[in-house]
Amino acid sequence: MDYDFNFAVVWRNWDLLAQGLGLGLSLAVLSIAIGTGIGLIAAFGMLSKLRPVRWIALAYVSAIRNTPILVLILFTYFALPQMGVRLEKIPSFIFTLSIYAGAYLAEVFRGGLVALPLGLREAGLAIGLTEFRTKIYIIIPVMMRNVLPSLSNNFISLFKDTSLAAVIAVPELTYYARKINVESFRVIETWMVASLIYVAACYIIASLLRRLEARLAIPR
Amino acid sequence: MTQVLKITDLHKRFGDLEVLKGIDLTMQKGDVVSLIGSSGSGKTTVLRCINLLEDFERGTVEIAGEAIGYRHDGRKRRRLPERQIARQRAMTGMTFQQFNLFPHMTALGNVMLGLLKTQKKPKEEARSIAESWLERVGMASRKDHYPGQLSGGQQQRVAIARAIAMNPQLMLFDEVTSALDPELVTEVLAVVRDLAADGMTMLIVTHEMRFARDVSSRVVFMHEGRIHEEGPPDELFGAPKTERLQGFLARSEF
Ligand SMILES: Nc1ncnc2c1ncn2[C@@H]1O[C@H](COP(=O)(O)OP(=O)(O)OP(=O)(O)O)[C@@H](O)[C@H]1O
Ligand SMILES: [Mg+2]
Repeated sequence: MDYDFNFAVVWRNWDLLAQGLGLGLSLAVLSIAIGTGIGLIAAFGMLSKLRPVRWIALAYVSAIRNTPILVLILFTYFALPQMGVRLEKIPSFIFTLSIYAGAYLAEVFRGGLVALPLGLREAGLAIGLTEFRTKIYIIIPVMMRNVLPSLSNNFISLFKDTSLAAVIAVPELTYYARKINVESFRVIETWMVASLIYVAACYIIASLLRRLEARLAIPR
Repeated sequence: MTQVLKITDLHKRFGDLEVLKGIDLTMQKGDVVSLIGSSGSGKTTVLRCINLLEDFERGTVEIAGEAIGYRHDGRKRRRLPERQIARQRAMTGMTFQQFNLFPHMTALGNVMLGLLKTQKKPKEEARSIAESWLERVGMASRKDHYPGQLSGGQQQRVAIARAIAMNPQLMLFDEVTSALDPELVTEVLAVVRDLAADGMTMLIVTHEMRFARDVSSRVVFMHEGRIHEEGPPDELFGAPKTERLQGFLARSEF
């Protein structure tokens, strides 16, 4: 192959790429935070004694998990406004990614809750805590620490999924890469750089999360 | 004398299986009662009903004169709302066979949690109460250790401190030593003995017959969901009246 690589045209726009990366990370952080809340509610819902509650939680989780995320993004951004719910690009994407994260995390949390020894809840009740407080002070903190590795993996997946926001013109990394590509005609260089940034970012996030996991792990 | 516990005609079933078939038991302040009987006779279930960890269908449990768990509207019997149940649960302290310490908290954190969140004590007071109970069970030097860093015997002693720090009217011990290696049994029983000597009212489920004989003011023998025989330890162990108890004691280790 005879090709003169010219990365300079791509690097000239490093500020755009950095901005895009920053936005992508922010989107992932927000979505995992909101998704954690939704996931907890859905996980407890799936384990509820009340059949209708179980049914609703289960319907949510399976509906979302069985829809491609791209379809969810397009549905929220293009179809919901027709039904009267109009969201700006970024809020619309955060909404979608949070709902999406919530469904996956619900499964993770449900698994974590089922794996806890029953005695933990009873020990909380036995010192006079209400069911709710037992969840807040004991069940959730212990379960969260146990599922931390899955939580990290989900976060990295979500970060990569933020690239899909480009389809609704949210200016994250992929969006800018496409823009630079169009303006510079440097197809190979642009997408190589974009891929490298994703790889490097994921690698750094993973090692930071692993440190965090070690810090938060239950000492034994 | 003050009555601490009064169980009247307690019935409990799991589905088709009637596990408690009418239990009557009364305890005065300072009583130490051991509950013995073969596996499956319903000992744990009695403790769990007293601590409202199980529903029961019939009968009443009173602690310090208060009927717990249910109220009666005319002829209807209803479970009390959760807040009431939580308050009544705190009237008793319970330890479990498997310790059930909170693994994400230090020994001190385990003992402080109920003081802070149930009793709403200020942090400093909670800490000093917790520290003094940890001291009492010989765990002061390990107060900053996590349960995973403690031996079974140490965990059980922390669990005892956690329960008793709440200042319960009645302590319920469910086989405190049965999950422990033999060499760790003594240290835990010593703690229970010490509390008994101090006048704590205690209901103890145990398979340690020698310990039951030493520590109890009264021993209750359960069989198939009923109290089969009860009395002072010397009578019960020295001159068991019923054949069932004779058989049970012959099969037990001393
Ligand atoms: N949650 C439950 N569901 C169904 N049956 C149960 C449940 N808990 C206990 N049982 C049954 O109730 C009976 C009494 O159990 P319990 O645990 O009170 O016995 P125990 O006297 O404490 O026995 P052990 O000495 O083995 O601890 C047993 O037949 C047991 O199988
Ligand atoms: Mg038992």
